[in-house]
Amino acid sequence: MSFEPKIVAFCCNWCSYAAADLAGTARMQYPHNVRIVRVMCSGMVHPEFIMDALSQGADGVMVLG
Amino acid sequence: MTLSEVVGVDGIAGDFNVTVKESPRYVDVDKCIACGACTEKCPKKVDSEYDAATGKRKAIYVKYAQAVPLKYQIDPNSCIRLKKPGACGFCETVCDAGAINFNDTEKMHQINVGAIVLAPGFEAYDPTEAGVWGFGTNPNVITALQLERYLSASGPTEGHLIRPSDGKPARKVAFLQCVGSRDENLCGNGYCSSVCCMYAIKEAVIAKDHVPGLQTTIFYMDMRTHGKEFDLYLERAKNDSGVRFVRCRVNGVETDGVGGDCRLSYVNEDGRQLEEFYDLVVLSVGLQTPKHVLELAKTADIKLTAANFAATSDFAPVQTSREGIFTCGAIAGPKDIPQSVVEGSAAAAAVSDLLAPARHELTSEPSFPTEKDITGEEPRIGVFVCHCGSNIAGVVDVKSVEDYAATLPDVVYVERNLFSCSQDTQDMITKRIQEQNLNRIVIAACTPRTHEPLFRETLKAAGLNEYLVEMANIRNHDSWVHVQDPKGATAKAKDLVRMAVAKVTYGDSLRPISVPITQKCLVIGGGVAGMTSALNLAEQGFEVDLVEQTDTLGGNALHLKHTWSGEHVPTQVAKLVDKVMRNEKILLHKEARVSAVEGFVGNFRSTVTTKDGKTKVVEHGAGIIATGGEPFTPTEYNYDSITRVVTSVQFDKLFELKEQHVKSARRFVFIQCVGSREGDNMYCSKVCCTHSVQSAIALKKENPERNVYILYRDMRTYGQRESLYKQARKLGVVFINYELHGKPKVSEAGNMVAVEVWDHVLHRPLKIECDLVILATAVRPKVDASDLGKLYKVPVDGHGFFQEAHAKLRPVDFSTDGMFVAGLAHYPKPIEESVAQALAASSRAATLLSKTSVSLDAIKATVDENYCDGCALCVDVCPYHAISLVDRPEGNGKIIRVNKAQCKGCGLCQGTCPKRGVFVAGFTMQQISAQVQAALAV
Repeated sequence: MSFEPKIVAFCCNWCSYAAADLAGTARMQYPHNVRIVRVMCSGMVHPEFIMDALSQGADGVMVLG
Repeated sequence: MTLSEVVGVDGIAGDFNVTVKESPRYVDVDKCIACGACTEKCPKKVDSEYDAATGKRKAIYVKYAQAVPLKYQIDPNSCIRLKKPGACGFCETVCDAGAINFNDTEKMHQINVGAIVLAPGFEAYDPTEAGVWGFGTNPNVITALQLERYLSASGPTEGHLIRPSDGKPARKVAFLQCVGSRDENLCGNGYCSSVCCMYAIKEAVIAKDHVPGLQTTIFYMDMRTHGKEFDLYLERAKNDSGVRFVRCRVNGVETDGVGGDCRLSYVNEDGRQLEEFYDLVVLSVGLQTPKHVLELAKTADIKLTAANFAATSDFAPVQTSREGIFTCGAIAGPKDIPQSVVEGSAAAAAVSDLLAPARHELTSEPSFPTEKDITGEEPRIGVFVCHCGSNIAGVVDVKSVEDYAATLPDVVYVERNLFSCSQDTQDMITKRIQEQNLNRIVIAACTPRTHEPLFRETLKAAGLNEYLVEMANIRNHDSWVHVQDPKGATAKAKDLVRMAVAKVTYGDSLRPISVPITQKCLVIGGGVAGMTSALNLAEQGFEVDLVEQTDTLGGNALHLKHTWSGEHVPTQVAKLVDKVMRNEKILLHKEARVSAVEGFVGNFRSTVTTKDGKTKVVEHGAGIIATGGEPFTPTEYNYDSITRVVTSVQFDKLFELKEQHVKSARRFVFIQCVGSREGDNMYCSKVCCTHSVQSAIALKKENPERNVYILYRDMRTYGQRESLYKQARKLGVVFINYELHGKPKVSEAGNMVAVEVWDHVLHRPLKIECDLVILATAVRPKVDASDLGKLYKVPVDGHGFFQEAHAKLRPVDFSTDGMFVAGLAHYPKPIEESVAQALAASSRAATLLSKTSVSLDAIKATVDENYCDGCALCVDVCPYHAISLVDRPEGNGKIIRVNKAQCKGCGLCQGTCPKRGVFVAGFTMQQISAQVQAALAV
């Protein structure tokens, strides 16, 4: 079986989360491996979240803002 | 009301009867959920207006992804069914919501209103008919709007820049400026469209970013980048991005060979005839008033200018010739987004002034049942999975998501709905919350950005705290983007539901924050902007304290004689001063300044100190900074040593007084951009080109024998001011272009002044002996602007002008709530733009001041007293200055305090705190951690 990475993305409510919404509206297709966590600003993302995500098995973490 | 047009306007200001014709949409907006199933099935394709014909749309469509309302419509001119009854009708078959209505009809509405705002916008000039550019015949000649679509990720090529003729990547792109502007021969539009220089530069830079190695050339006459920070952008485009600029108006485009190469012939600045080939030619098309707007103007019975824009006064820039009818945006002249947004608020201010007595007459408050206290209750989570017609259910196996949700901890109730957002489902959810005694809700549907407010209302209606709902976005982030992968999408949907359940488990009842408002405004600066703001607010019924540094009202306008359109400034300023002085609601503090400030939005306390040292504390809910600018004192062109070298303001006085030296003088040289657009002052002072041209016209009119020269870098008589430039040239004013590296040299020559400049037409240095040299000096920010800024915690930009919160979206707001900016304090601008901005600022202040208290979202930073040890790391990172360090009440050390009125809930504090001492309600560490853990649990 091929490798299916698990990616956690922290998305800012005002920009990247909205962009992900628009990608949907525009029906842009992309792989299903990403799980988005909505935050009110990328500055809210505590380093602990990133460490936690990686230690709990995430293959990649994106902080988008 | 969409698809509607005004067909009749009767009555008078305060009591208009407007007749509105609403064309049929053929789609019931209450039922349509914008799933797009109809458009997918629709067999009829036509050119998409939004894509400027670079792409196609169907006969049933939404104009673009962000359209408001996001509801489909049928274009009756292309719909097969509407043209031939009985045919097609696929959309009706596939619409699960039953929203299609082929029998929809045109409706007429009569509306009684007090005021009317005309904001119909503009149309881009269509270069097809002119022929010379090959637009419409050579596919590689496109308009700037079309390029915008090609460069867009949502455009026809998903952002790839290609030659439309053969689909090959474009390598060389030329932009031709002033297509449909500054041109009376081909299109009859003599005016400048104001926005095209800037958008061409932006597109060239973006195109270069998209395509490595792309060559872009902009052919222009004058680079009119007169807006705030535009010149900096121009310099970056030249120096960093490598956009090439050629000063030449190219007269046409010829097609070369079968591939559709574009051949441009032009004369460069050395007078040499050149020929270049391009893959793509982009026409920077101008702005014009569309035919239907001309009809609207007729219906509304308002006057238009010669250029077909709404006629307005410079001192009332949003007021049309008919009382009670206002304008904003490009109907009253070509303008960019920031200025249009400013005018939008300004029109609202003008309307508020007119309709102030009727304020709040039609508002009503919704009522909700008493909220249930859930403290101490175990979580009882209800999960509602939405089909969204076939939008979600067509890809995601919603049944298995429902089954899966039922297995999650604390989930006690699960249900599926065809449309969770429909009114009957809302009622049903309310019922289920009460029936099942649910205390936390997960809606697995679309995006919280559009639908969370709706579901919050549903919870409120059920007597549950509105913050106990979480949405799992299984549509926009799942079914819509994984259409080909139903299995993966279903697994993802389960994960998203699990994450939402994990988060909502730790959700708490939150209370919205209420902040009381002192319904008074402080306006700092008694110039035209400050007076306009103060007067508008006073006429809306608010008390205003107006602080003026000098002993005279009027500010910089006291030095001005005429606006660009010829209105007499002293008369208008005197009228304004008189109105301000007579208004009982305005308290004037002369020879005074603000020396100390405390408080925040709704509750400021500013200390006003007068020259003689007296102080007074003014309490106010909002503040407007309109402190103006200062004229720059030249340091070059021998201004210090030669008395015949004067500034434009000095010249105005000499001219008005008919001073002998000026009256008898025969030769005048104006030098532009003195102190502007170079070195640390890389900004355009915006008013000087028009000012010099006006002075030159006056000199020529007084005595046509005079020789008047204007030495300029780019003649920036933007918008309808272009008519002055044209008039000046007709009168024989000589315009000589100079570049920054070849600035004119000014020296004394006996009784005369000698000015040396390189002449680009003659290709040799030119020496002009003249009687008077007039320096068009820059507008500088006030030297103490940043001191005032620090008091109110509002920033100034790199040049020292006050920095608004957002150039386009919030052009008169500061990022500090409750503070606004207007006039030269923000950036150099002519009077009508100052007045518009001042009205906008008062409108923005009035939105706040019209309420006795303001209710804020509960998503705010909260201190955890058990963990905060007063290290204060968060104090510095808070962008809103909402956190302060205080002594612990029990006296053992320090702790932070959050001012919830200033907090925006961004959580920079939470991200910074090493001790979990501060968290954002609704996004706590625990909630996000739970979400992350849940994301990775399977």
